[in-house]
Amino acid sequence: MLRLRCGDIKIMEKERGRIMSKKLISLADCCVAFDGELVLDHINLYFNDSEFLTLLGPSGCGKTTTLRIIGGFLTPTSGEVLFDGVRINDIPPNQRQVNTVFQRYALFPHLNVFENVAFGLRVPKTETVEGRKKKVKIPEEEIRQRVLEMLEVVSLKGFENRRITELSGGQQQRVAIARALVNRPKVLLLDEPLGALDLRLRKDMQSELKRIQQQLGITFIYVTHDQEEALAMSDTIVVMDQGRIQQIGTPEDIYNEPKNAFVADFIGESNILDGVMHEDFVVEFFNRKFKCLDKGFGPMEPVDVVIRPEDVDIVPPEKGQLRGTVTSVTFKGVHYDTIVDFKGFKWLIQTTDYHPEGETIGIILNPDDIHIMHKSEYSGMFGDYSSYSEEYDELEDVSLLEEDGEGGDEE
Amino acid sequence: MKNKRALFAVPYVGWMTLFVVVPIIMVVIYAFATAEGGVTLENFSSMGTYASVFTRSFWLALLATLICLLIGYPAAYFISREGPRFQRLAMMLIMLPMWMNFLLRTYSWMSVLENNGLLNQLFRNIGLISLYNGIAGLFGRAPVDHFQMIGTPGAVVLGMVYNYLPFMILPIYSVIEKMDRSLLEAAQDLGAGSARVFRKVILPLSLPGVLSGVTMVFVPSVSTFAISRLLGGGTQMMLGDLIEQQFLGGAYNPHLGAAISLVMMVIVVVCMVVMNHFGEGEEQAVML
Ligand SMILES: Nc1ncnc2c1ncn2[C@@H]1O[C@H](COP(=O)(O)OP(=O)(O)O)[C@@H](O)[C@H]1O
Ligand SMILES: [Mg+2]
Repeated sequence: MLRLRCGDIKIMEKERGRIMSKKLISLADCCVAFDGELVLDHINLYFNDSEFLTLLGPSGCGKTTTLRIIGGFLTPTSGEVLFDGVRINDIPPNQRQVNTVFQRYALFPHLNVFENVAFGLRVPKTETVEGRKKKVKIPEEEIRQRVLEMLEVVSLKGFENRRITELSGGQQQRVAIARALVNRPKVLLLDEPLGALDLRLRKDMQSELKRIQQQLGITFIYVTHDQEEALAMSDTIVVMDQGRIQQIGTPEDIYNEPKNAFVADFIGESNILDGVMHEDFVVEFFNRKFKCLDKGFGPMEPVDVVIRPEDVDIVPPEKGQLRGTVTSVTFKGVHYDTIVDFKGFKWLIQTTDYHPEGETIGIILNPDDIHIMHKSEYSGMFGDYSSYSEEYDELEDVSLLEEDGEGGDEE
Repeated sequence: MKNKRALFAVPYVGWMTLFVVVPIIMVVIYAFATAEGGVTLENFSSMGTYASVFTRSFWLALLATLICLLIGYPAAYFISREGPRFQRLAMMLIMLPMWMNFLLRTYSWMSVLENNGLLNQLFRNIGLISLYNGIAGLFGRAPVDHFQMIGTPGAVVLGMVYNYLPFMILPIYSVIEKMDRSLLEAAQDLGAGSARVFRKVILPLSLPGVLSGVTMVFVPSVSTFAISRLLGGGTQMMLGDLIEQQFLGGAYNPHLGAAISLVMMVIVVVCMVVMNHFGEGEEQAVML
């Protein structure tokens, strides 16, 4: 109980901090339609200075489209894009103080590493000198120094003369980051930059990126469909689905207080059950009343109840608030994924103790293990682990495919 | 397993040997042989007489290639930037003339360019020729009743450009069309305006297409004989005509013909190698 209260205060502090720091970019009521089909649906979002913000959502939810609006490659069908409070809808990408790390890197194959990174620096900048516009070129010596410096930041010192085709996926990825960062943008957009890397390299690059972001103090707008990645790296997470923002918050916020069944299911594993809120702090499900920490719901309001698999305490059957039968157990290293049948509804429980298939167990739910959400269009779509084994196989296939892509980083 | 797969290659290897390697060997043998069967270099040394034909062939082919490039590159570039429906239509229109017989197309140009042809009739009817005569009269020039177009180098170059332009457009178009759009976006993202994006990204990346286009226009141009005969009116003899004469014409001398073919082939190959070298092995250009 105490634990969550502390968490609450922390979240509030973080949230207040977010509001108080400087808004750099805002999307005001942005919609994007392709051939009449709404791909972004009234997006309202702001990005703070020096913030690591992640757009998280399943493939096809509109993350790339959102980035393209900010980068200037796409003009929203309606709504405004503001940079430092100035409308930039019609400013072309080459005049925005934003740089992008593209989903497939988009490195120039005809240039070597040095020239790729130097590309942006070699573009003459228009500057107003004594009231007159002048094209200013960065001196070659400075270009050289900045490129080499940046290559060092991304740990690619000594690779200047390599051809792009001679680099591994991870190295190409870092060239793409260096190429963008060397221009000292105010904002860096990253579109699933680690998607093509294998698991180990992905983890390394995650902390690397976080380090670079903190070192340079630049706003990162990061796109991923990987919830673990989002939780690990972000100051703020924006969960999206079907072109709509589902929730905005800190990683703790999003994990502990998901706003609807979609967020609860997408961020980690969740058991989601139908319940009824009797009064403040009392919820009923499985014909039993439980104490909880949520309030402000209507009397007898139907709600979604979220219970995280790791929060459930297993006890002997006679001591439990609920009794169920174990139907499957999978060893996952740190814990066992245990599927338990409660009156036909199957839960996922993660426990370090082994309970064999067929065993009857009891469970205890503490008030801070129970999270209440309003009903939404996603209610009933997620959170039942009856089809768990298939879901598990599917996930495994996906990760296998992803890790197939690159041979890894040799150094 | 490996042997089995090699088996599939047999027909192709056989075909290539029979119709590519053997003929080339025959050309080489002929070029170094006399009619009596002896070995000689005379076929090559006697070629000096035809230096002007060599020069003209390469000069006109070069000109035609250059003009094709100047027309073809922008055409390919702008087509590739349009919508898919326009692209399909444009490609069809570009290929349409190729569905007609090559000789027929060239004959039609004859009737357009002739002294009494369509163009001259048009010029006459709109008074262009009278106008010219009026002005020429002031400078004491004799009046003309037509503009001389057929039989000029210009007509030959026009015929080459007309016939081979699609071979320039198609490879350039397909390279630009397949170019990764995100590369252009990346360049823009890094601050490059459209002119710079073109110069620094599109142009260098489309060079392989340019090289194949140049090859595919230059090689048939330099060896053409129908175009130069029909549109050159017999005054613009090119290597193709010269070689043809040695085999089919009055100047029957297959040994000299083979020698000229060989020299031409060597020069073309050297040109291509040099050009490909310029492209710096940037993706392999198509060698014909
Ligand atoms: N140029 C386009 N034309 C038509 N539909 C598009 C285009 N770009 C994206 N879409 C559609 O918009 C939706 C969102 O795409 P995207 O933003 O790329 O998703 P994400 O990056 O989250 O996977 C998808 O359904 C996609 O099919
Ligand atoms: Mg995407």
